[in-house]
Formats: sequence, structure tokens, C-alpha cells
Amino acid sequence: MLRFTVRRVLQLAVVIAVLALLLFAWLRSLPGGPASALCGDRCSEAARAQLQTSLGLDRSLPVQLGSFVGRVVRGDFGTSTGVQPGVSASQIFLDRFPATVELALAAIVLAVVLGVPLGYLSARRRGTWLDNVGVVGSLIGVAVPVFFLAFLLKYVFAVKLGWLPSAGRQAVDINSTTVTGFATLDGLLTGEYDATLDALKHLVLPAVTLATIPFAVVFRITRAAVLDVLDEDYVRTAEAKGLLARTIRSRHVLRNAMLPVVTTIGLQVGALLAGAVLTETVFAYRGLGDALATAFRERDYSVLQVLILAAAIVYVVVNLLVDLSYALIDPRVRTR
Amino acid sequence: MSTTSTTDPTPVPEPPRRDLLGRKKRLDDLADSGVSLSTDAWRRLRRNPVFLLGGAIITVFVLVAIFADLLAPQDASVTMLADQVSRARNAIPPSQPGHPLGGDQFGYDLLSRLIVGSRQTLLVGVLATLIGLAGGLTLGTLAGALGGRVDTVIMRVVDVLLSIPSLLLAISITALFSQGSLYTVIVAVAVVQIPVFARLLRGSLLAQRDSDHVLAARSLGIKPVPIVFRHMLPNAISPVIVQSTLVLATSIIDAAALSFLGVGNPDRSRPEWGQMLGEAQGFIDSHPSLAFYPAGAIVLVALGFTLVGESLREALDPKNRR
Repeated sequence: MLRFTVRRVLQLAVVIAVLALLLFAWLRSLPGGPASALCGDRCSEAARAQLQTSLGLDRSLPVQLGSFVGRVVRGDFGTSTGVQPGVSASQIFLDRFPATVELALAAIVLAVVLGVPLGYLSARRRGTWLDNVGVVGSLIGVAVPVFFLAFLLKYVFAVKLGWLPSAGRQAVDINSTTVTGFATLDGLLTGEYDATLDALKHLVLPAVTLATIPFAVVFRITRAAVLDVLDEDYVRTAEAKGLLARTIRSRHVLRNAMLPVVTTIGLQVGALLAGAVLTETVFAYRGLGDALATAFRERDYSVLQVLILAAAIVYVVVNLLVDLSYALIDPRVRTR
Repeated sequence: MSTTSTTDPTPVPEPPRRDLLGRKKRLDDLADSGVSLSTDAWRRLRRNPVFLLGGAIITVFVLVAIFADLLAPQDASVTMLADQVSRARNAIPPSQPGHPLGGDQFGYDLLSRLIVGSRQTLLVGVLATLIGLAGGLTLGTLAGALGGRVDTVIMRVVDVLLSIPSLLLAISITALFSQGSLYTVIVAVAVVQIPVFARLLRGSLLAQRDSDHVLAARSLGIKPVPIVFRHMLPNAISPVIVQSTLVLATSIIDAAALSFLGVGNPDRSRPEWGQMLGEAQGFIDSHPSLAFYPAGAIVLVALGFTLVGESLREALDPKNRR
């Protein structure tokens, strides 16, 4: 297990190194070169020349790469030009990180809590109308563009019915103290329960929107995995031994069927980050996704590179954790 | 399993291939007896309602795209109803003779734009899938066939590309172009698919490297290149077909998302569903139908490709052969 862990962590280091290389190449090939890209449109000639020197663009490529890696390690990604002009890109990232974590966690919890039981039920009732509705529904869930679903929910629940707020993370007139940056948690910590309630209300629509695709995927994977496991010999053996159906279901079927589901949840994290860009844009929810959409429109490359790097690192780290937990559950994995 | 059925015309046997010495390739003839996986899969597909529904949706969509000019009641690139648009009164042209769905916020005929827009959508989906497939085929074959260091380098890059969420990768690629256009979107969406195809093909090739049929071919003295192209790749074709169908759906949705975020082409004379949907978002409160029609079209087409892809996956899975 230790060797497996060390090998996977080393692989992760390689992936992040290659990622930094690709990011460097990407910055170099931006239209107008990295200096004007990082400086923005409203940039004086003098400032651009200064940036040109500070980026070391007059030096050789290896030297430039070295200084780029040095800046990345120090967390210096330059200054935002479009999202919040003048603020450092890494500061913007830190400010907005909690909002997206909150949203993504809510979405993934929703997806798993609904997807796993329904997928299991669908597999048990294979071929019935319930199963067919589930399968077709999950296919539709994947085919509906996230931003349109966001519109639809916003239109029905916020505009037409007025049940939930349509935009933002908190109402303007709520007094709240920021402790951790997690809006729902801060209220609980400081005793401002109305702030927590308000933050939760703001979270419902974006979280439901963001949860649809992972829900559909978790549902389908659970269903397929349970169907596979039900055909396995060890289940027949368990039945033959006369074990209680309840024991077979929990110990033999569910436990083995959960393996691919755990993997899927890890892989869905990347999709969540992409979905967050669209969801946060529609609901004006000030997180990383909203920052990314703005950075993209404004061609704010300093913020773009932070977000791309962060998204990829989060994704590989989460999947490393998934692999490790997988190896803990299933001894067959470690020897590969 | 029966080899003949009343409905299937029995396939005409190929004339026996001959090698340089004129010997018949007896082995291949023997392999033709029995029912091939594809024949068997097709037999099960034709009875699958999921496949039939998806196929029907795609057929209608392709026909509409081909005959768009004949079907569209008006010229989709002319703002003929512009005099009925008013920002002040928040008015858009209502339904009227010759314009069954009315006009949009620029005064174009909505129905015509939906019909003509099917062409762009089909173009984006097909081109992006083909480019992604070509790139993935090249990389995956190189990695899977050569192995060793080439494999390691290629797969590290593929891993990194897969670790960037697809939409973010597409956004980064469009950022490299100074001017957005439909082709920018196609290239971005295609590049995102390359690592997916590459990984799929490499996995399939690696799984076959030590398999009996490749071993047999090697022991007959067949050279590595024909082994890869004649003996390994054909066996990898069914997952690729399934993946391509699903990628058609995802690339259409991804392209719509990019248009929504504002990459689309500034040229409004060629309508595109994602762009129509993105531009309709300002009217969601007053005229939701503006967003509803293009969104419905995108959902329907993406669903069609997804249904076909999923039913193909099920049909081509050898586990389901009975």
C-alpha cells in the first residue's frame, strides 16, 4: 500500500509539472504575446515594456521557463486586468474559492444522496416502467445544456413563483460577519442564523442546477454496477448459503457496486468545475466560475491562468484520493 | 445461435483472398462462419426502442439541415421585422402570417433561423468529432502500438489535458485566437475530444497486445504495421463508434456553452442555436420562448445522439450476446 501511494504521488508531481509546461506554452502563444496579454488593453507602452523586462521576455526560453515556475511556486500570477482591475490574481482566487467549494459540495451531496438509492432501485426493478423512466430521465439530464436548465429553474422558481432569490450569494440587507468565507457556515459560527438561512436559500437553485449532470451519471453508474454485481457468482453463493437477503444486499451487492461509483464521483469533480462556470454566470453567484467567465470575456489572462491551474490541480488531487481510497477498499488494485 | 434467419439475407461470401503464392487464406474463410458480432448487434438494435427513437430524431435533424433552404419560410439572414422591434416597449415581433413563430429581438424570422441554424449545429458536431477522432486515433495508436517512452510522454500530456475540465480547456483554446468565429469554436471543441479518443484507443490496443490473435499473427511473421492496422484497430472500432456518437452530442452542447459565454461569431447572418440561446438570456423574463426554442432544439438533437450512442454501447457489448 505504501509503495502504491508513493508511486501515485510521484505520478501526480509529474502531471503537475507537465501542466505548468503547457500553461507556459499557452501563455507564450496568446495573441500579442504574454506581455500585452497580461497587461491588458488599457496598458501604457512604458508599463508594457517594464512587464516585458520583469517577465524576462528578452532572455532565453529556459530562463523564462525558470522564472515562470518560480512565480507559480510563489503564487505570483500577476495582476487582474478585467475581473477586479488592480487586485492580484491569486487574491481573487482566494476570495472566491469558498463560494465555489460550498456550491460544488452541495451539488455533489445532492447527486450522491439521490443518485445512489435511485440507481439501486432502478437496477432491482430492471425493465419495469420505473427503470425505463429513470434511464431516459438520466439521459435527458445529460443532454440539457446546464445554462438552459439554470434559466428554466430561475424563471420558474424565482421569476414566476418568487419562492427563491434569483441571484447572488446573500441578500443585501443581511448583516453577516465573514469568518471562513463559507456563507452558510459563518452564520452558524457567529450565531447569525438568519444569515445562514438566507445563504442556503441562495444556494438551492445553483446547487440543483449543478447537481443534474453528476446525478444522472451517478444514477447510471450505480444502476450498471448493481446489475453487474447481481450476476456475480459470489452473490449466488451467498444465496445458496441461505444468507438473509438483507445481508446479501448490504454486504455483497452494495459494497462491491460502490467501487465504480466512488471513481465516478472523483471524475465528476472536473465536470462540476466546468458546470460551475455556467451556473454561477446565470445566477450571478460570485465564485470561481463567475470569475472565469468574466476573465474570459475581458481577456484577463492572469486570472485565467490561476483558475486553469487550480482547477487541474484540484482535479488530480481529488482523483489521487479516490485512487487511494479505492486501493483501501479493493486489495486487487494495489498490485497493478 | 442460429446462423440463418428468415429475415436476414445471408451475406455473400467474399472471394477467397490469396497470398503471393496463390494459396487461399483458409483461416479467414473459417472465421466467416457463424454470426459476426456486428450482425448480431444489428439484429438486437433493430428491436431496441431507444435506438429507433434516437435514430428517428437524428434522421429528421439531418434532413432538416440538408433541405433547410427549402423548408425555411423566410430568408434567415435578413432582419425583415426590424420595424416591429422596440427596446422601449420591450416588444418583439409576434406571430403573424408568413412568420409562424414571430421574430426575435433583432427582427429575424425565428422559425427560419431555427431551421437554418441546424446546419451550423450539424457542422460543428460532425467536424469537431472528426477532428477529435483523427487526433485521438493518431496519438492513441502511436502510444498503444509503440509503447515505451513514446507511450509515457503521450499519455502524460493526455492525462494533463484530461485533468482540465473540458469547458475550461475549450475556453483556453479559444483564448489563443484573436478573433472568434464558428471555426474557433469547432477547433476548441475538437481539441477537447482528442485526449478522450486517444485514451480509449490506447487502452484497447494495449489490451490486445498480448491477446491470442495478435500472438498468432506475429507468429505467422506478419509485420508490426499491418498487425496494428489490420488486426488490432478493427477490434477497437466498436468502442470508437460508441464514443463518436456520444461526442457528437457533447460537442454540440459544448459549442452551445461556448457561444453562450460569448465566443461565437460576430456575424449574425449565419444563425447558430447556442448563440441564439445566449443572446436570448436578456429576455428570459419577458419572452422566454426566444430561449426556449433554440434550447429545445439543442436538447432534442443532443438527446438523439446520446440515445443512439447508449443503445449502440449496449448492443456492441459482447456480454449481452445470447
